Amino acid sequence: MSTTLPSPAVRPDGRKRAFLEVNDLRVHFPTADGVVKSVDGLSFELERGEILGIVGESGSGKSVTSLAILGLHKGSNAEVTGEIWLDGREIIAATEEEVRDLRGSEMGMIFQDPLSSLHPFYTVGAQISEAYLVHTKVSKKEARAEAIRMLEKVGIPNAPSRYNDYPHQFSGGMRQRAMIAMALICKPRLLIADEPTTALDVTVQAQILELIKQLHDELNSAVILITHDLGVVAETCDKVLVMYGGQCVETGPVDEIFYAPEMPYTWGLLRSMPRMDRDRQTRLTPIPGSPPSLINVPSGCVFNTRCPFTDRVDGDKCRTVHPNLEQGATPGHAVRCHIPAAQRQEIWLTEISPSL
Amino acid sequence: MINETTAVPAPASTPRGEPLLSVRNVSKYFPGSHSGLLGRRGTPIKAVDGVSFSVDQGQTLGLVGESGCGKSTTGRVISKLLEPTSGEIRFNGRDIAGLKPREMKSYRSEIQMIFQDPFSSLNPRHTIGTIVGAPFRIQGVKTEHGIKAEVQSMMERVGLNPEHYNRYPHEFSGGQRQRIGIARALSLRPKLIVCDEPVSALDVSVQAQVVNLLEDLQSEFGVAFVFIAHDLSVVRHIADRVAVMYLGKIMEIADRDTLYSEPLHPYTHALMSAVPVPDPRKERRRERILLTGDLPSPSNPPTGCVFHTRCQKFREELTDVQKNRCRTEVPVVTENAPGHEVYCHFPAPRAGLTDLLKTGAAT
Repeated sequence: MSTTLPSPAVRPDGRKRAFLEVNDLRVHFPTADGVVKSVDGLSFELERGEILGIVGESGSGKSVTSLAILGLHKGSNAEVTGEIWLDGREIIAATEEEVRDLRGSEMGMIFQDPLSSLHPFYTVGAQISEAYLVHTKVSKKEARAEAIRMLEKVGIPNAPSRYNDYPHQFSGGMRQRAMIAMALICKPRLLIADEPTTALDVTVQAQILELIKQLHDELNSAVILITHDLGVVAETCDKVLVMYGGQCVETGPVDEIFYAPEMPYTWGLLRSMPRMDRDRQTRLTPIPGSPPSLINVPSGCVFNTRCPFTDRVDGDKCRTVHPNLEQGATPGHAVRCHIPAAQRQEIWLTEISPSL
Repeated sequence: MINETTAVPAPASTPRGEPLLSVRNVSKYFPGSHSGLLGRRGTPIKAVDGVSFSVDQGQTLGLVGESGCGKSTTGRVISKLLEPTSGEIRFNGRDIAGLKPREMKSYRSEIQMIFQDPFSSLNPRHTIGTIVGAPFRIQGVKTEHGIKAEVQSMMERVGLNPEHYNRYPHEFSGGQRQRIGIARALSLRPKLIVCDEPVSALDVSVQAQVVNLLEDLQSEFGVAFVFIAHDLSVVRHIADRVAVMYLGKIMEIADRDTLYSEPLHPYTHALMSAVPVPDPRKERRRERILLTGDLPSPSNPPTGCVFHTRCQKFREELTDVQKNRCRTEVPVVTENAPGHEVYCHFPAPRAGLTDLLKTGAAT
């Protein structure tokens, strides 16, 4: 589209670039109390047709990452470094106009709170067709027809008359559907859904996830699903990235993460959930403590302050040396932990898995 | 304010054999919006419509359902934050449904509430000490070593640092704020706490901490909970008995293990089939019952069984004669086993679902 952006489709090492490539992304916010390192050295790749789940607690940097990909930190005081390649175009170095051009057409976003993400003064239909008008050269009439078609597609009954409704006339589930219609009207090839179902009931959640999967199949888009619900990840995603303290602590194919996780934080997440598909436990096993401060990030491993397994590592390594993200049991599975790989797999099989 | 004499004598302990709380046929209608000529009142919104259940001392009743099903309104009616339109609420052997606010005051120390949103339920202008100590001051309760000592020991008990007595709510995280709310609810050692989605706003790891805390406090103080939540996994963990609500009515109520191993109402099936489980292989194989459409309006609920407009069984399995019954006849309770009540004309277990929940072993 734009010629001013550098567009090498291959990486310096000669390998073809993935559809979405994030390399060493850092998003730092300078504040009066110090620099908040919301995202600190995050890298991942995503191809079209794949669904990546990003999981982590509040404050782990999930949403900040998605805003960086959309270029929404531009103009704020955030210091964003690293590289984000979307289909051969780099986003961090691009100008605001160039990113705005991509936003909406190439990448779409579904926000968590549909009530505050829709403007109360404008009709739902007008807000949906606006996105289409901005990115395509069509008449208002055509945009309206397309918006109605989209509303029908996401399952809004009686779409032509609902087009003229205001957001407050929609229920929570319908607002979220309208948000999805808005995000998808330009058929983006990258869709970011930030906690799309957190505010919704399970029954509506099932409908919305079904809808996202269906549209993903139709458009062959790449999808990033940000959530804290591991059940939603198991249901929807192909790949998983577990974030903690602004870093990726474990990533891999969905089956690896659920059946052979190797990072104590992932174990902690799996153990702390009550599960309906297993025998009822008399007691839940929470992760002790609370998430780390992003200003004074713990030295060594970010998780060491809450990790119950630091005694499995010789010496003081967990508190002094920052572990690298290294390959786990299978290719594509990477773990940031000092416990030797064989021992981690042993702990999972003998101590964690039976207690789930 | 302090040491005001109470109009009603303190309630005696529960008479033998009677549950701590017994709710009979309770309804709460909100007036509809004014419309038409002469500003006549519109049809009332039937938020809660003829609900009955009971809670024993030290037990937990889970109330589940979608938003708008009336579970929060039920909680507020029990704690008398809302006046019931009709019905009987027997607490500790006495009907409190018709008590005036003044007469309710002595019951307030026995029935407390924990709210969903730990941000809006704490007054930002008050310190933690003031917030947790308020019940003592309002009820005029004298404590042995003064209110401050009592509040600090309560703070310690719920896992807060007692030195933070003079801090303000904004200085705490979501999980800590919820602990403050719990300390406030527990400070007068109530017999019943209505917990309205107490862990829904928290992260999983913190949620587990708070759930464990609530369980510990229950066994320590013998308090009963009415636990309102939309997360069926959490309810299964914490509740002894579970009621499923839809459009202001109870659809099914049973002991936890019975309800989760053999749910009989099609609505319970739909809810359970929608809960995602953290197991990708099971997720790929499972059958989901998708409810079509939105919740009908509680001011104009469907005739007959309120669920029939969205019921999968109604759509796919029933004959026309059977359907007609769903459309016209309000289902009365069927007691499948002692204590397992179902409000459905055609209750039956659903094979695929129970298999998944119980055994569904990963291959």
